Amino acid sequence: MSSIDMCAPENTGRQPKLIERAGVGRLIAALQQQGYRVVGPTVRDEAIIYDELASDADLPAGWTDDQQAGAYRLKRRRDQALFRYTCGPHSWKKYLHPPQATLWRAEREGGLFRILPETPRAERLALLGVRACELRALAIQEQVFAMAAHADAGYGVRLRQAFVVAVNCGQAGGTCFCVSMNSGPRARKGFDLALTEVVHAKRHYFVVEIGSERGAAILAALETRDATAEEIAAAEKTVNDAARHMGRTLDTTEIQALLYRNHEHPRWEQTGERCLSCANCTLACPTCFCSTIDDTTDLAGQRAERTRRWDSCFTADFSYIHGGSVRQSVKARYRQWLTHKLASWIEQFGSSGCVGCGRCITWCPVGIDLTEEVRAIRATKYYREPVHGDTGTRSV
Amino acid sequence: MPSNLEVAAPPLEAAATTMLPRLFRVQRYLQETDDTFTLELGPLDDGAPLAFAPGQFNMLYVFGVGEVPISISGDPDKPGVLVHTTRAVGTVTRVMARLRRGELIGVRGPYGTPWPVDQAEGNDVVIVAGGIGLAPLRPALYRLLAQRDRFGKVVLLYGTRTPEDILYRKELERWRARFDVDVYVTVDRAIAPWRGSVGVVTHLIPKAPFDPLSSVALICGPEIMMRFSVFELEKRGVAADRIFVSLERNMKCGVGTCGHCQFGPLFVCREGPVFAYPRVRDWLAVREL
Repeated sequence: MSSIDMCAPENTGRQPKLIERAGVGRLIAALQQQGYRVVGPTVRDEAIIYDELASDADLPAGWTDDQQAGAYRLKRRRDQALFRYTCGPHSWKKYLHPPQATLWRAEREGGLFRILPETPRAERLALLGVRACELRALAIQEQVFAMAAHADAGYGVRLRQAFVVAVNCGQAGGTCFCVSMNSGPRARKGFDLALTEVVHAKRHYFVVEIGSERGAAILAALETRDATAEEIAAAEKTVNDAARHMGRTLDTTEIQALLYRNHEHPRWEQTGERCLSCANCTLACPTCFCSTIDDTTDLAGQRAERTRRWDSCFTADFSYIHGGSVRQSVKARYRQWLTHKLASWIEQFGSSGCVGCGRCITWCPVGIDLTEEVRAIRATKYYREPVHGDTGTRSV
Repeated sequence: MPSNLEVAAPPLEAAATTMLPRLFRVQRYLQETDDTFTLELGPLDDGAPLAFAPGQFNMLYVFGVGEVPISISGDPDKPGVLVHTTRAVGTVTRVMARLRRGELIGVRGPYGTPWPVDQAEGNDVVIVAGGIGLAPLRPALYRLLAQRDRFGKVVLLYGTRTPEDILYRKELERWRARFDVDVYVTVDRAIAPWRGSVGVVTHLIPKAPFDPLSSVALICGPEIMMRFSVFELEKRGVAADRIFVSLERNMKCGVGTCGHCQFGPLFVCREGPVFAYPRVRDWLAVREL
């Protein structure tokens, strides 16, 4: 079964270790001692979000969530599992591609002005609880910024200096489809440590895979022992269970050709009528990277500031040029987003822009589901005949 | 603390500098038409002039108001003066139109792909411009005329709304007086004393003096005008891959990270603004892409 093969651990050549439930608190403390600001899951405003963790007491012990299109509900668990929930509204991009950043300031001076560079705050971050789909999202965003004409090195630097503690999923959510996107539920690379949580009636432990020297060094400071074959098998079972219980599936066969050739499919119009162009999906998406610029001045007009903040292709402003917005209709904006995410992203950056986390489905206030959209288009292909024969960028 | 856990101080400043404008001083302000103007700029620092290739653009920043992508319209062989012609139509360009000699402007660039002037060697070159679209083509014309013997015929077909909207009028007259360049100007509508051609620029293409089989066409103007220009050029037998167009999209960064300028899979700022027509043909046919 492919879903099970996919979950086989990558042979890192290192013996997996075992830490008990109390070891998680020690891991957080050890990271803090090394000067890291540890950020991870915590319960706030009836959701599991990412924020700074003072200790393991901040983790969502005993909580899980129920996710469906347009619905997210926190639920109590019978056990005290720390990581038996799926991705919430936040993603790690808020730390690596900050929602708002001052680029520089300027000051008037004797009828002229000068520009004052802003030195970004360098921060040692430890990301705790990064899921496999999120690891993929981090790598995708790194690629986006690395490929910029004048590479935005900031993202890569922040990512490389961040200590990443991945957590393999022990259950799948109602909107999850990482198996379809081949991005999870097992973390394969891009972590310093990867935990797999096992919760039994009498035992609660974590099998820890080591992904880097840095990870090995942190672990050496904790109380660990080699995990036994039974413990490793029990951990494997939880990940395989998650792989088998994906809430959604997405058939990506020739998806580029499918979407490129269906620009005039009537489905876009129908979905455009439902879509509120609220931008929730783009803000919740762990790979959406678009930004805009705000230029502001003080009241006296003596100081100016230039800020970059997250933007969304769902706003009318986004495509505005002299004469009006290029994408006037909501239909066109939804089509842009979905086609970019699943098709043109491949041409631009060599991979899909979707990791199958399901956030855009869960957090859409009207429950638009991209897997359903692709299914609808696939079911009733409406090929537009190329105007002058099929050449140029349309290579598929 | 084990040394392999030490986190090196990250060189984040390097990343930030690509977004830092360089300051230029307005050396000359020229009112071109009722709503278009030209700024001639010189660097405030003693650094090297901003070298560019015809067709490229800069991000121009007006203090506290904002930044906009504007094509470079000066002579690429005289980079000592940085020339930008633009129309006062938006928040930033309206304030830019009030800048006067001595005032400062921020410049990032040059960005984007150039017109394939060098690759056109040995061929006729047909330039089709609509309205302000002449501005990004002027550097190509300068280059063609400076190296005139490398090319076959050089033809400029230029259309504007009215005679009052004709850009670079004196220069057009000078070029028209030359025997080695064919200049045709048409306007959409006119009253006396206009005695020139009336009609859209695409109407000039069927009769223009160039050899369709050995021509390179450079087009800049409204998208609808570019599409019909291509149509007319192809009717005459110009191959699609010898036709180049320059696109305009919203841009915030100019370097491919803000996402605003996406045109299908293309980032107009990075892979454009100048595209070989086959690369954008199918996308141009999609409304609201």
